[in-house]
Amino acid sequence: MAGALPQGSDAVPQPGAGLFSPVDGPPTPESGLTGETITLRVFKGQPGGEMGYATHEVPEVTGMVVLDAVHWVQRNQDSDLACRWNCKAGKCGSCSAEVNGRPVLMCKTRIDTLPRGPVTVQPMKSFPLIKDLVTDVSRNYETNKLIPPFTAAPDDGTPWRIQQMDIDRLYEYRRCIECFLCQDVCHVNRTHDLSARFFGPRFFVRVASLEMHPKDILDRRDLLHDQGGLGYCNITKCCTEVCPEDIHITDNAIIPLKERVADAHWDPVQWVARKLRGSSAKTGERAADK
Amino acid sequence: MSESYQTRECDVLVIGAGGAGLRAAIAAAQAGCSTLVVSKSLLGKAHTVMAEGGIAAGLANLDTPDSWEVHFADTMLGGQLINNWRMVDLYSREVIDRVYELERWGGLFDRTDDGLIMQRAFGAHSWKRLCHVGDRTGLELIRTLQDKMVHTAGTEVLMECTLTRLLTHGDRVCGAFGYLRNTGELIVIRAGAVVMASGGWGRMFRYTSNSWEGTGDGAAMAYEAGAELQDMEFVQFHPTGMIWPPGARGILVTEAVRGEGGILRNSEGERFMERYDPVKKDLSSRDVVARSIYKEVVAGRGSPHGGAFLDIASRRSAADIRKRLPSMCDQFEALAGVDISKEPMEVGPTIHYTMGGIRVDAETGASTVPGLYAAGEAAAGLHGANRLGGNSLGDILVFGRRAGAAAAESAKSLGAKPAVSQKQLAGAEADVLLPLAHDLGEKAENSYVLHRALQEAMQDDAGIGRSEESLSRALTAIGELTERSTRMRAGGGRVLNPGWHTCRDVLSMLTVSEAIVRSATARRESRGSQWRFDFPEKDAHLGQINLVARKRGGAMKVEERALVPMPDDVVTRLARSRFFDPAALPSHYAGKVPAPGPEAH
Repeated sequence: MAGALPQGSDAVPQPGAGLFSPVDGPPTPESGLTGETITLRVFKGQPGGEMGYATHEVPEVTGMVVLDAVHWVQRNQDSDLACRWNCKAGKCGSCSAEVNGRPVLMCKTRIDTLPRGPVTVQPMKSFPLIKDLVTDVSRNYETNKLIPPFTAAPDDGTPWRIQQMDIDRLYEYRRCIECFLCQDVCHVNRTHDLSARFFGPRFFVRVASLEMHPKDILDRRDLLHDQGGLGYCNITKCCTEVCPEDIHITDNAIIPLKERVADAHWDPVQWVARKLRGSSAKTGERAADK
Repeated sequence: MSESYQTRECDVLVIGAGGAGLRAAIAAAQAGCSTLVVSKSLLGKAHTVMAEGGIAAGLANLDTPDSWEVHFADTMLGGQLINNWRMVDLYSREVIDRVYELERWGGLFDRTDDGLIMQRAFGAHSWKRLCHVGDRTGLELIRTLQDKMVHTAGTEVLMECTLTRLLTHGDRVCGAFGYLRNTGELIVIRAGAVVMASGGWGRMFRYTSNSWEGTGDGAAMAYEAGAELQDMEFVQFHPTGMIWPPGARGILVTEAVRGEGGILRNSEGERFMERYDPVKKDLSSRDVVARSIYKEVVAGRGSPHGGAFLDIASRRSAADIRKRLPSMCDQFEALAGVDISKEPMEVGPTIHYTMGGIRVDAETGASTVPGLYAAGEAAAGLHGANRLGGNSLGDILVFGRRAGAAAAESAKSLGAKPAVSQKQLAGAEADVLLPLAHDLGEKAENSYVLHRALQEAMQDDAGIGRSEESLSRALTAIGELTERSTRMRAGGGRVLNPGWHTCRDVLSMLTVSEAIVRSATARRESRGSQWRFDFPEKDAHLGQINLVARKRGGAMKVEERALVPMPDDVVTRLARSRFFDPAALPSHYAGKVPAPGPEAH
């Protein structure tokens, strides 16, 4: 694009001087068009209507991601093709879909990283279909309401002091962008359809971020054990594998939570201790051991 | 009405679920009002997640000379003194409380060695001031507020709903009309008061860091309801957006890269910001850095794809870079195949933020229309002619809360909610359904085509640099596109039809674009983000007014509104900024600021 500009002068620049020349043009290094074509097979349809795959030939642009190709189809061939997206920078987690069968963010999946040949784009399988690439993910928002929020001890009015190592540990969980790809891939939801009794990886990460916050005083172990269905997870690590934020969901969230639940419910030494103290296994507020 | 529609009723309707909307909803619900938050996207996806650098607040955890007064001075100077000084005053004082409040609601911040909130340097801030967690502070803020709001009694959320018109009773706003995106059903919401927290608009430009949502619906709706849109000419180019590969063009590269020590170089390897701003250098204000990159490119010293090189690799260790800028590392690796801990990034200006918006009262966020409040990027006044990085996340917390609380008071003071006019509803319904209904054959226009044409016109002729001639071209293009927009036709049905949705977006963008171009034409000077090639200097008179666009007799008119000048004791605060230059003080403040002390610069 620099080529379109007046070179080597300090003349007053004029509007429309070509600093931002369009990329749709002949295949040149500036346009980014490679001259190649991508075959895109996109799921199309809605419940109660016709459903199937539509094939589109999309001109390839250097560095193109799957979402670029879907947008090209919307603009040029099928204006009512539905997909969710927002930031297009891997930061909001809206454009989740299954590309060649793998749950991914469309905005971070470069076409040139996929095997040559047709690229198949489908909606997430574990959520009810609304239309085309868009599914109903509202149950995730309902699940979140079941988790008691961050709760600190009464305020003494002074600025908190927290160590950076605590922040570093929590930050991994807080990186979650709620793309729900982990909820999509998890076989407890996907194969066994147990989402009504299972919070799912996203919300185990959420609970971990609360439970391990040094200033939080609640105890959510019973919730995880009962309503949360933590025990259904048999640590196949599929969630970790698809996480676009590289959160070690299984190792750093689910397994530590399983250990905490086991401490509360199954540890024989603690069971004896509780019997002697006369307290029940049911847990509640516990500022002391945090 | 020709068809049935969903109805909802609430005390306070909050339009938008970014940081400002969520904070407003919490405040309104805590004041005892039933509060409905309407979001165009899913909850938690709003543009707030894109804010990376942090929240500016004068905590002085690292740099002890900092204070709210210095923050006030930096913000006023950054805004070229046409900010609403009372908003800046409230803001710089209260943002400190809002940061601590966020922490007590579970928000994380990086820490100092003593365990206090860590702060980083940012453009045109005198001291290390931005409270942050890595380079994902916006995500942290929205997730924390989202969770707080969901668990605050009295709040309800309606996701994936586009509102198209504010309903009025007499001169008071009494609700809104729109449609549910996933079903195409129409919806009417009756409300005692409305908070417009709908964010900014960048989508009418070709290269922008904004998501599809940034189409200016809120400003356009407010304008149609009679509100004044202020400072619309001020559109911020963030100096560092990605420029390659083409699909990534415009995606934001956080200013934190420079805050953490990164520098800009031209194709000759020169650190050119030393030439344009010898004091602040790479951390100059965004308008200055964006223009400097533009000038380097025009002078033939650009990077291969027409930008500049942003180099952090030679300034910090690879481990430091991965720790402090994790999402930048990830973004460049995934999208551009660039390892920023080893190589420089190629960057160029991208449309990022809109300083203009709905004209509001500083204390309450009340617009000029009764019952309508605005906060955050949708409102104008805090940032003047140029926003400093880190001041938007603070803005949404401080003024989101204030607008939510004031709207709640207004709704409570109202007796019964006024009835909705059937005539207004019928008109709103006809407008929304028009693109699906009419049969125009070959005269039909495609909404995507019109959107693209508008982007070309705005990018080329109303972008980083403007002139009378270019603005007049842009205005002509907007006029033609507005005429063509009456013939937009969408194929397909009502269920989740992006072609149909884009028709609505185009209408909002045309209204807002017209306000930008008309205001930019009237401001015959260069100030902050407004760069007029034909008027390169500041104008003394224009430094004492804001411009507002409003609807009069069916047409858009631009009018002047006199700024309230800072009282003498407030003007003296300006000298607290390290970047205060007495010679640059406009004549109406001349002699009111004592000479800067020996510690300055």
